[in-house]
Amino acid sequence: MLEIKNLHAGVDGKEILKGIDLTIKPGELHAIMGRNGSGKSTLANIITGRENYEVTSGTIEFNGENILDMLPEVRALEGIFMSFQYPVVIPGVNNTYFLRAALNSKLKHRGLKEVNAADFMRLIREKLKLVEMDEKYLSRAVNDGFSGGEKKKNEILQMLTLEPQLSILDETDSGLDIDALKIVAQGVNNFRNSERSFLAITHYQRLLDHMKPDFIHVLIDGKIVKSGGMSLAHELEQKGYSWLEA
Amino acid sequence: MSKNTQIIDKAIGQEYEYGFTTDIEQETIAPGLNKDVIKLISSKKDEPQWLLDWRLKAYDQWLKMDEPDWSKLNFSDIDFQSISYYAAPKPKKKLSSLDEVDPELLKTYKKLGIPLEEQKMLANVAVDVVFDSVSVTTTFKEELQKHGVIFCSFSEAVKNHPNIIRKYLGSVVPTTDNYFAALNSAVFSDGSFVYIPKNVRCPMELSTYFRINAANTGQFERTLIVAEEGSHVSYLEGCTAPMRDENQLHAAVVELVAHKNSEIKYSTVQNWYPGNPKTGKGGIYNFVTKRGTCLGDNSKISWTQVETGSALTWKYPSCILKGDNSVGEFYSVALSNNYQQADTGTKMIHIGKNTKSTIISKGISAGKGQNTYRGGVKIMKGAENARNYSQCDSILIGEECGAHTFPYIDVRNPSAQMEHEASTSRIGEDQLFYCNQRGISTEDAVSMIVNGFCKKVFNELPMEFAVEAQKLMEVSLEGSVG
Repeated sequence: MLEIKNLHAGVDGKEILKGIDLTIKPGELHAIMGRNGSGKSTLANIITGRENYEVTSGTIEFNGENILDMLPEVRALEGIFMSFQYPVVIPGVNNTYFLRAALNSKLKHRGLKEVNAADFMRLIREKLKLVEMDEKYLSRAVNDGFSGGEKKKNEILQMLTLEPQLSILDETDSGLDIDALKIVAQGVNNFRNSERSFLAITHYQRLLDHMKPDFIHVLIDGKIVKSGGMSLAHELEQKGYSWLEA
Repeated sequence: MSKNTQIIDKAIGQEYEYGFTTDIEQETIAPGLNKDVIKLISSKKDEPQWLLDWRLKAYDQWLKMDEPDWSKLNFSDIDFQSISYYAAPKPKKKLSSLDEVDPELLKTYKKLGIPLEEQKMLANVAVDVVFDSVSVTTTFKEELQKHGVIFCSFSEAVKNHPNIIRKYLGSVVPTTDNYFAALNSAVFSDGSFVYIPKNVRCPMELSTYFRINAANTGQFERTLIVAEEGSHVSYLEGCTAPMRDENQLHAAVVELVAHKNSEIKYSTVQNWYPGNPKTGKGGIYNFVTKRGTCLGDNSKISWTQVETGSALTWKYPSCILKGDNSVGEFYSVALSNNYQQADTGTKMIHIGKNTKSTIISKGISAGKGQNTYRGGVKIMKGAENARNYSQCDSILIGEECGAHTFPYIDVRNPSAQMEHEASTSRIGEDQLFYCNQRGISTEDAVSMIVNGFCKKVFNELPMEFAVEAQKLMEVSLEGSVG
């Protein structure tokens, strides 16, 4: 589904990713672990097409198509979703309205009929239950006045509603208490199936304990230095990263 | 920024939709201003001597006044002698039905989407149309007459209802009020007049459409609305002008009088030509004095304005809250894109007891636009328990625009309760990327964010115009993201 080959990329002329190779197949959950500044979030921003991030060489293919020339919204419409590390506040724009606009944009892209307000409300109420969110968050502005945990739940709510093929979870565990972490992980787990893929970016093992990734990759200084299964996460928890550094 | 900039450039290519001119025979006075010009305007309109005297007095006062320079607006001096002070479609004869109106003119209004024709009358909007200086026609006159509502051009009102005009003309905005009000008083050519009798709820929205067509003319219209005891009226004005390289002056005066238990709702959707988006050349200079008096107890005046056009906007619709328990409201969206400058706001003067005022101002700056909110709230000594709530929000789009806020507060009664909230935000790259990542295009994202920002004000507009305002906003803003 996602195939990254020898990716070199950076920001403002500074190279951050120095040759990444990563293949994610349908149904797989991959985790990327690494210290601050190792390039984890850069990788997420490159895949989603954020401005000012430059790819100097290498390729990214999504479902066999080169996505590097696609606008970020096209990539999103094609099925790439990112749960933001810092979800953005959009004052004045109603959360429900925003989510419906996003869903309708996607439906339109697929040549499907847009969903009306009433049907959307029925749909969103179902999804709300899955992340144990109060309905009051629907009538607020997007992420406005949300606590850290509520923002992250709102991201997962959007994921469940938009049903992307590839979900990038950028530090979704940061700022979450244990209960919220469980709810978020549960939301992701229930959403997993043989078609959907995930790329979880994290510092810590605790999210992974709940999500049980298929593969774990350690990113140091813009390169994947080691890949393995869940046991690698435990090893990192015990030994830290220094034993992997050159 | 590169991608967004491209989208902008593409969208900026969108031209001002109302920039056409109408090829119609015009009767225009040669440019220049002196007593003879004023006498000529007055005689063309067959005015009574008292009105001519009133004009001449205003002119004398204007000569002694200086152009105000306290605003944040930046422009070269206006040459008042290069402006023609009167232009009218020719021939000017009495019009009693739409069939008599010049078809060219009707075509123009069709282009502007004005509901002049029969089919559109279903929209239940009575329209008075001011083309350059002269009021062309008023629809729905008969229906309104049944309720005793008078809605006609100002010139007609001078002829048919001289006593009301004489009583109220200049009673809210005196000729000496300010430089542009004095100028208007001297040379005003037409405008609209509304009178709602006691205990009548005006059965429909009243609307005036202003159109500047002729070159080198100024438009100086005057609107007077009188709401008798217990009456209610909602009034809307819209404005457009052709694209011209020269700046054109628009200096209007609007006076509202609300008697006991009455309510006047006055909405404006102003879309004068803003000037060339790339060079800043041309565009309307919009210097307007709007004021209402809540004369009687429990009366209410509510101003709603959506200001998206004009090169310069200088406008402060205000309320004088004389009656006890009277209420003044000001809801404003002002947009300055490209080279536009807006200095706008309100004044709320609390005189009566338990008077209440609300100010909601939303300023949007994009391109090189400069947007200023200037507001004054004054609580006089006798205004026991006066309350004011002010909210001034600004949003910036891009790197080169500016937002400024000047709230003046003067409280002379200790029982007053004042609240002031202000915020400035930017449509940031992070917000746009967030929307993009959810599959929403940059343009849709900007319009979504701006509409969300303006919602509180748009909600105050009459239904059929709220949609229009939203659309106008989208067009005015398209591709302004940087």
